[in-house]
Amino acid sequence: MQTRVSSETQEVIIGPDQPVVIIGERINPTGRKKLAEVLERKDMGYVQQEALKQVQAGAHILDVNVGISGADESAIMVEAIQAIREVVGVPLCIDSADPKVLAAGLQVYKGKVLVNSVNGEEAKLKEVLPLVAEYKAAVVALTMDDKGIPTDVSTRVAIAEKIVNEAVKLGIPAEDVIVDPLAMSVASDDQAGLGALRALAEIRDKLGVNQTIGASNVSYGLPERRAVNCVFLAMAVLNGLTCPITDPTVWPVRRTLLLADLLQGKDEFAMNFISAYREQNPDEA
Amino acid sequence: MADLEGIKQAIVKGKRKEIVGRVQAAVDEGVDPQSIISDYMIEAMKEVGARFEAKKIFVPEMMMAARTMQEGLKILKPLLAAGDDSQTKKSGTVVIGTVFGDLHDIGKNLVVLMLESSGFEVHNIGENVTPEAFVEKAKELDADIVGMSSLLTTGDPYVKATVEALKNSDIADRIKVICGGAAVTPKYAVEVCGADGHARDAVSAVNICREFMESR
Repeated sequence: MQTRVSSETQEVIIGPDQPVVIIGERINPTGRKKLAEVLERKDMGYVQQEALKQVQAGAHILDVNVGISGADESAIMVEAIQAIREVVGVPLCIDSADPKVLAAGLQVYKGKVLVNSVNGEEAKLKEVLPLVAEYKAAVVALTMDDKGIPTDVSTRVAIAEKIVNEAVKLGIPAEDVIVDPLAMSVASDDQAGLGALRALAEIRDKLGVNQTIGASNVSYGLPERRAVNCVFLAMAVLNGLTCPITDPTVWPVRRTLLLADLLQGKDEFAMNFISAYREQNPDEA
Repeated sequence: MADLEGIKQAIVKGKRKEIVGRVQAAVDEGVDPQSIISDYMIEAMKEVGARFEAKKIFVPEMMMAARTMQEGLKILKPLLAAGDDSQTKKSGTVVIGTVFGDLHDIGKNLVVLMLESSGFEVHNIGENVTPEAFVEKAKELDADIVGMSSLLTTGDPYVKATVEALKNSDIADRIKVICGGAAVTPKYAVEVCGADGHARDAVSAVNICREFMESR
């Protein structure tokens, strides 16, 4: 299946036969003090810098999350979208746990946006999917529901299937649902990596949908986090990950994804990898 | 001579296979179980906490240490004089849950594990807990401290409602309230909601709970 998302000027195609699409994760204040501070002041200059930096580093889509404690998230979301639009043309992914914020973002966005996220909770399905249908957007579907975050594979697959079915009922095509089977930290559960990889593979084989994953979760609490993230990403791509939410400004991460493409025959003459290498090493060429 | 220092080191290093034999040997030699717990095992967890804070050890090592501690406690707990829960009474009783609308449990469960291993009596009341349920459970379990976790910024109103419900209840002067989780900043928890403290991770949660109990 192919998922197409767009801005006014650009379209990005996500699919198993396409190179990996990077959704840049850096515009998210959770755990990032500086960003939380500037968002609180509605100082969008820093947000624009982050947007530019990620696109220059190879992000195809930018995730935009502006959730900070005790602030008017809807207003900040609208401002952030407009500010980002002034500097980059890539499609965006509107990210909030609050459906009202998603609605505010959808209203001002021009193009086919990615909505982050819905999950299997009844309230979420009822609030988020109609918005996605109304604006003909695509949506990230987290495999959790009213019972919590499952650690086993079959519950994840069942929740993914349920969300896809609900979406289709509302006229959202299955290809516009991008499943996130939720990778948890291997520091607190050493079977968490395997569980996520198996869930990716099974959801791909059963539903055929595109999948994303927040890879940085996996390494939380461990040394050499980047190395953990990179190895996980490579393994995940082989198991059905098509559009990770990650930080492309970290060269080892981007390199891993470029190499995953190359080694799976999706980088003709290795040109994407070589040109990215050259950007990184301008003096050696 | 019982190797009590060995018990401490077994916990610090997370040697689950060693702990049972070492604790049993000490018990067989007649060492007071209460002393093994409070003078060596809890001391070991303090050291583990300090090492974690100093970034000398990682989350899995902290969990191994806590699990090792619990293996040892399995032998010692039944030996404590019936009804003598002085250790947990001394350390304090914590009621802990994830706020309404939020189902995340990993971080909270890690806090539970660390608190238990540090000698607290901990009641984990689960996820998606309403403000009313927090108050009810805190009363029912005679809590000294109530901890809440919130991973989603949409949980903000529920953090506030829960803190307020506790602070407006008739047990307000008996309990301390702490908040943690990725969505909660110290400023929001303490200044906006009126909580008594904010914990950035499992070790800081233990330290704050200790401070609360020592200050009463």
